[in-house]
Parts: sequence; structure tokens; C-alpha cells
Amino acid sequence: MEQLVKFSVVVNEGPYTHQASDSAYQFTKAALEKGHEIYRVFFYHDGVNNGTRLTVPPQDERNIQVNWTELAEQHELDLVVCVAAAQRRGVLDKSEADRLGKDADNIAPGFRISGLGQLIDAGIASDRLVTFGD
Amino acid sequence: MEEPDVSQPGVTKKFMYVNRRAPYGTVYALESLEVVLIGAAFDQDVSLAFLDDGVFQIVKGQDTAGIGMKNFSPTYRALGDYEVTKLYVEKESLETRGLSEDDLLEITYEDEDDDWAEKPSIHVVKRDEMTQLMAQQDVILSF
Repeated sequence: MEQLVKFSVVVNEGPYTHQASDSAYQFTKAALEKGHEIYRVFFYHDGVNNGTRLTVPPQDERNIQVNWTELAEQHELDLVVCVAAAQRRGVLDKSEADRLGKDADNIAPGFRISGLGQLIDAGIASDRLVTFGD
Repeated sequence: MEEPDVSQPGVTKKFMYVNRRAPYGTVYALESLEVVLIGAAFDQDVSLAFLDDGVFQIVKGQDTAGIGMKNFSPTYRALGDYEVTKLYVEKESLETRGLSEDDLLEITYEDEDDDWAEKPSIHVVKRDEMTQLMAQQDVILSF
């Protein structure tokens, strides 16, 4: 019987420019298919840009945001976007947009915005923290 | 900064923040420091490692006026106040860049177990020692 592991995943790069988000998605999907647990996926640095619903890639290309959103729906994943990094880069949810006086929000379904404490908590609570970056 | 959710009291893990990039040019160094400061609230066994161009993060005499960026290097000197007292700097990375310990910020902390004596936080270590330190960690966050 294979030992089951509780993972958390960190994504430090945005979609398309770097492969980090694709690799993190493939890793997360494969781990779940093997029966492992994903405690949290944390998006930091430009990784927060994976969580905007306004990306429109060409139709014959993968849609990285939709991939994450669908995986989150299937497995009740906790996709967390760092609030400080997100504010720098213009990724907002409704309550942040209202609070900061912005006229729109863009957070994608399945993602939530929270603090860096969620990253440290993931490191403490998981057996393994796996980082995908440049 | 936002209030951290300190949800795992009683669990202490060894966290190492690995800093590999220059302080300016990309945002990694600054956002790494933000994680360290937030993470300090979780009472974990924290250390920082500086290697490759990351050693430039703690070089003294930084002047960012010409590039329109905030000089955040003074924050490293405040790490002792956050009980972050172990900063390991790779000797080979310094030497490759023509630097020595004398070029680095003076970063100290007050040791509460030794009558608050002021002690250096920076330890210059050789590459093989750094390897051993990394092998001892539970969580490594590399920036």
C-alpha cells in the first residue's frame, strides 16, 4: 500500500510566460489521482495572475485559469491568492475592490484572496510543501 | 500588513527561506522578506539562507535613489526584533562576487537566553555546510 501524503503547492509565476503554473497543475492533478491530499495551493509573486478570470487565451490553447477552477470544483481544492501580491498586480475580489474604491473585480471562481499566513500555515500543516517557480 | 491566521499552535517546524536573487531587478527579494515578517508570528524555527546573487540583498551601503525603488535593506537589520536570528550566507557566493563578510550589513540580535547579549545573526558558511543545513529543514521556501 502506497503511503498517502498531504501536500501543499506553491505557484510563484504567472500563466503562459513560465511553465510553473502548468507543472503545478499537472502535479496537483496527478497527486489527487493517486489518492494524495492537497491541503492548499498558494499563489504568490506573479503567480497571483493565475487567478484572474479575464484571461482569454486562443481557443486551441489550454486555459490555465479554467484548468485550476475546474480542478478546484472537482476536488474542493483551496486555491489561495496572496492579498499583498494580488493588490500590487491588480487581482481583486468584490470586497477588496469595494474597499479599495476600484470599479471592477477579477478573481476567478474557485480562488480566494487571503494573507501570507496561509502559506506558513500550509508549510506547518502539510507533510510536503512543493514550490513551482522560475 | 494583514493579520496572520496563526492556526497551528504547538507545532514547530524548521523553516528556511532561501534567497537566491539580487535585491532589485525583480520583486522576489522584497516579497520573500514579506513572508519572513508575516511568518515570524507563527513561532517556528526560522533561518534565512543567502546564496548566488541573493548575497547582494544584505550588502551594506545600498542606495536606490537612482532607480526609483524603496531601499528595503534596513529591514534585514530589524529581523532580530522578529526573533529571526539565523542568517546563513554562502562563502563561495560571496567570493565569486568579490565580496567578504566586511561588505555585509551588521545584523545582530539580543539573546534572551544569555542576559540579552548582542550577538551577530550572520554566519558565513561553506557550501557543504549550507547543504547540511538545508537537509535538516522541514520546509524550504526558495525565492
